[in-house]
Amino acid sequence: MAELLQRIDLVGLLAATLVTATPLTLAALGGMMCERSGVVNIALEGIMLTGAFVGYAVAFTTHNLWLGVLAAMIAGTGIAAIHAVLSISLLVDQIVSGTVMNILAVGITGVFYRNFIEQATVAGPGTLPHWNVPLLSQIPVIGPIFFQNQFVTYAMLVLIVVVHFVLFRTRWGLRTRACGEHPRAAETAGINVYFVRYVNVIASGALGGLGGAYFSLQQIGNFLPNVTGGRGFIALAAMIVGKWTPLGAFLASLLFAGSDAVGSRLQIYGVHLPIQFLGMLPYVVTIVVVAGALGRAVAPAAVGRPYRKS
Amino acid sequence: MDLDVSWGEVHALLGENGAGKSTLMNVVYGLVRPDSGEIMVDGNRVEIGSPLDAIRLGIGMVHQHFMLIPPLTVAENIILGQEGEFARGLIDVERAGAAVRKLSSDYGLAVDPRAKVEGLSVGVQQRVEILKALYKGARILILDEPTAVLTPQEVEGLFRIVRSLTDEGKAVIFITHKLAEVMAVADRITVMRQGKVVDTRKPAEASLAELARMMVGRPVLLRVERKPARPGAALLRVEGLVVHDDRRQVAVDGVDLAVRAGEIVGVAGVEGNGQDELVEAIVGLRRLQAGRVVFDDRDVSRKSTRERLHAGISYIPADRHRLGIVLELPVSDNLVLDHYGQPPFARWVVRQLKAVRTYAQRLIKAFDIRAAGPDQLVSALSGGNQQKVVVARELSTKPRVLIAAQPTRGVDVGSIEFIHQQIVSQRDAGLAVLLVSSELDEVLSLADRVAVMYRGRIVSVLEGEQIERERIGLLMAGVA
Repeated sequence: MAELLQRIDLVGLLAATLVTATPLTLAALGGMMCERSGVVNIALEGIMLTGAFVGYAVAFTTHNLWLGVLAAMIAGTGIAAIHAVLSISLLVDQIVSGTVMNILAVGITGVFYRNFIEQATVAGPGTLPHWNVPLLSQIPVIGPIFFQNQFVTYAMLVLIVVVHFVLFRTRWGLRTRACGEHPRAAETAGINVYFVRYVNVIASGALGGLGGAYFSLQQIGNFLPNVTGGRGFIALAAMIVGKWTPLGAFLASLLFAGSDAVGSRLQIYGVHLPIQFLGMLPYVVTIVVVAGALGRAVAPAAVGRPYRKS
Repeated sequence: MDLDVSWGEVHALLGENGAGKSTLMNVVYGLVRPDSGEIMVDGNRVEIGSPLDAIRLGIGMVHQHFMLIPPLTVAENIILGQEGEFARGLIDVERAGAAVRKLSSDYGLAVDPRAKVEGLSVGVQQRVEILKALYKGARILILDEPTAVLTPQEVEGLFRIVRSLTDEGKAVIFITHKLAEVMAVADRITVMRQGKVVDTRKPAEASLAELARMMVGRPVLLRVERKPARPGAALLRVEGLVVHDDRRQVAVDGVDLAVRAGEIVGVAGVEGNGQDELVEAIVGLRRLQAGRVVFDDRDVSRKSTRERLHAGISYIPADRHRLGIVLELPVSDNLVLDHYGQPPFARWVVRQLKAVRTYAQRLIKAFDIRAAGPDQLVSALSGGNQQKVVVARELSTKPRVLIAAQPTRGVDVGSIEFIHQQIVSQRDAGLAVLLVSSELDEVLSLADRVAVMYRGRIVSVLEGEQIERERIGLLMAGVA
């Protein structure tokens, strides 16, 4: 038993969990901004995928990882902007519009990947550097988990706090929540519902794009087709389980990421289970948790419904 | 149409549902754009393209369906949109709350700024709405059907508030379809019908009957003629009924009630005191936590809604769009909605459309439904005629019990009169009627016995001489 515990590197496991939770949390934060204003954003999967691709392409051509991160965010806002126009102005069903964006993202990134990246023989741009926060990274346990990370993970930690304050303590957040709960009431209070929703959807694109940069620029230093592997959807589940709050979504992301990390470690520990079953773990946990282990969550009342002025 | 309102007056806008009162006021508040015409404030022509323009001009509106955001606090709802000094950077909850508290004590409208709106009673929510308008600097306050959800005592409180506002020189536009109210509160009354102004009068220069005639366009009976009830045996009984609402809170808390053949039992109460859940439990749309529903001495608690309807219970639901009709279907299909699969409307699995049409034509005539024909879509009918479709269907299946929830909501005075007459004549023929209405006038004019519901319980059942407006009002408020 003691030997087993020693073999299970708990700190390493937690550190891996935090890293794996990074794209989930970022996309969940994006989905939250969006849904709190009343727009469902299932396009997050496609937004992340596009971000991952564009970020890699730009970093590859410019040899600058930071430009890549920026480009990933811009690409995310681009996809989100199309989703915004379709679902807010053209009143297209938000699920349909989001699905279209996801299909579009898979197609476009796939085509460019085959014609551009697959044939490249030059070395890729590498991954974002690890940066140990002075002093803090020396703290036992806490240090290796939180303060020896790469850029996107640090950004996620900061953004959890930022999104929390924006949503619950600022004028913008108050207006956003009003638009998501009762857009007509918001309009009678003198708020431009369309403007609020546009800005939030586009902001969710930037957050999702940053989450996409995690895959190509932080984790593997390359782009592969469908590299996001449904994480955008798991992020939406994390948002729901976290009851549309940043901290809740972060904790839910940690849960899903933790099951992922455990799954991959079980292989290392030599547990004799088919690899496919271990890979299924995060998805199974998602289903079980979303299906009600944590009680019913209440969505913003007007989410998913296009707003139409009379 | 033309309308002028002076500072310091209560100007009532009286008209039936669909007469254009609310549309007119939505134009003034910038929610609907006018096709032509102009709006002047203080003699200056103004453009009102959005609610923000209206707010800047000092126009405030309390909508019939409150424009409050339930999960937000009172203070958040009030400052929303005009957060100004309280939201430089982060919102200063403390200072915003203090400002709301000051405003509420200035006007005698007590509210707790930190309470969440979803937990407040409708009367308090209305206060929040008025404070919201005042916070935004309203000098002209539009109240759209403000008394629809209030008890008689709360209505009096509202009238006092309205008076104190006009004493300060503010103008109040009071939209209503209730005649007695305009007499009590208005300085001038403008009557609208079909989008046009009929006339403007002072209350002293008009009688109730005259106003009603102007509203409807023909003389109306304000009270239905009815003979005393001759009740028979109890046909519908509920015993010890306990029902939850959608949030799994107890909504009906141990109700016992019996309705006899040939009588109308009215259930009075402020909306949201368990009436909806009671009705849904009786017709089988909501699960019972305890107790039972007995129809004609048979326990039907475990029967499906379809079995209960076919056994002889008819149901006029409160929300006709959600439960009463299918908007996308023609009038004919809506008239056979609960027995389309039975002969003569179907043979084996094949619908007999001819029989349906003939039947529909007969009901359209008998119930005076203003439709182009049986094939017209129900969505094309006015609210009053849609309701007549529901009433016609439910009263034509030879029911023994009728559950009528808000049977005349959103219906014009002319149709109300007709629907009331139909219910009373069926009662005389032996129908047992359970009438649930938040319009006290409706209960008073139809019911032989009145059960008052408060917080999920029947607090009192009144008969004959005991049925008085004041007394019921106190019971509805839970004070007596």
